[in-house]
Amino acid sequence: MPESLKLRASVLAEARRFFAEREVMEVETPLLGTSTVTDVHLQSFEVRAHDPSQLPLFLQTSPEYTMKRLLAAGSGPIYQIAKAFRAGERSRLHNPEFTLIEWYRPGFSLADLMDEVQQLIARLLCRQNIPRYTYGELFRKHLNLDPHAIALQELRQRCKELIDVRSADLDATDYLQLLMGKKIEPRLPDSCFVYEYPEAQAALSVVAPDAEGVPVAQRFEFYVDGMELANGYLELTDAAEQRARFERDLVRRQQLGLPAVPVDEELLAALEAGLPSCAGVALGLDRLLMALGQERDICGVISYPLG
Amino acid sequence: MASYATNEFKSGLKVLVDGEPCSILENEVVKPGKGQAFNRVKFRNLRNGRVWERTFKSGESIEAADVMEIDMEYLYADGEFWHFMKTDGSFEQVAADASAISDAKDWLKEQDVYQVILWNEAPISVSPPNFVELEVAETDPGLKGDTAQGGTKPATLSSGAVVKVPLFVNIGDVLRVDTRTGEYQNRVSK
Repeated sequence: MPESLKLRASVLAEARRFFAEREVMEVETPLLGTSTVTDVHLQSFEVRAHDPSQLPLFLQTSPEYTMKRLLAAGSGPIYQIAKAFRAGERSRLHNPEFTLIEWYRPGFSLADLMDEVQQLIARLLCRQNIPRYTYGELFRKHLNLDPHAIALQELRQRCKELIDVRSADLDATDYLQLLMGKKIEPRLPDSCFVYEYPEAQAALSVVAPDAEGVPVAQRFEFYVDGMELANGYLELTDAAEQRARFERDLVRRQQLGLPAVPVDEELLAALEAGLPSCAGVALGLDRLLMALGQERDICGVISYPLG
Repeated sequence: MASYATNEFKSGLKVLVDGEPCSILENEVVKPGKGQAFNRVKFRNLRNGRVWERTFKSGESIEAADVMEIDMEYLYADGEFWHFMKTDGSFEQVAADASAISDAKDWLKEQDVYQVILWNEAPISVSPPNFVELEVAETDPGLKGDTAQGGTKPATLSSGAVVKVPLFVNIGDVLRVDTRTGEYQNRVSK
């Protein structure tokens, strides 16, 4: 354990040097908020004061929303090293409380940001020559299917041929993620980027046509040693589209019997005021430390893991 | 019977999957960044020993199986069943069929203790201890200087198993045998 503490300290120091050199400003935004994410797969922690008359607050699942508000207010390029909190599954890659290094670059394209992630990784993990694959290319190459065009029926069948999964109510994204995790990720090189995700997996990123004119999410994932390490977007700046996505989430939450959550009106107001075109990325510091220290379980890099 | 939700899954849990009694060997939670969490579970079928894997959506449940692994004393075989008795003083007996006894029948000795897996109180699997001591029922007298088979000869034990033994072994000798490999270890003084 002492070794991983030292490693964390040196990585934090090195990361700060990296951003200082590039004149990206460090910010701190609140961990507590009055609203939370609508994503059906994220469970946030609700916190209550002892005084029952106080409204409940939520711990952030990531600093994304508050940082976008800063960007809309004219902050310029910013980064934050912040704790994020996600209730639910514990696994060898997940602790309910974890650390993200998240940063935003106004004026950057998705490719520009991948370049910068690559530079940071070269500094922190000493990995070079990191290949980039599109999501579609990986599915075509390894499974001979087009993830953007395949019908749900056929996708379900293909998935069940390869993976013993009997659960009902799985959607296209579930099947694609199962195939990605079981059939493609084990065959990825030690480090790589995967980009241009299916539209349904866009979350808060822009959807735009790829080289073939197919609408894809301008999103990338950076993989290291088979782990998702960083998730980057060309950020959605259209307030109406963002609101529509939140509303779709709320409908889905209701269908799944999940509690309704208050939508972040302050984020939407910031988008309405004008978010500059930017690319942003969230990198899991704990998993980076796992890669650096050759740890198989996240518990090995966290001082006092939960559970 | 009760059921277990995915967040209760752990190694060693006895469950019923597709009507078969199984033990969970491994349970891995997989959750992509913006997606549904799944449990990738490896099972061992307790009836046929087969190891297999299934993926469950987090939050799903599977039925618990009434499975017990207990020590039982071997009593006798009646041609169709092999009879065992609990060692807890209850004198309760169970009858294991051919599929439950399987390879363990090579290593049976009356009054020796075996590991029996019971499902709904019926035996589905019998395991011998790692080493057993069995008497030689049949073997040729080893002629001195006969190295045609590299210094070993076959011997049939009281259980019916045939093992390779050194030439000096005689009928009536009690041998210690490794049940996992079927290999002679040493002679045991009676």
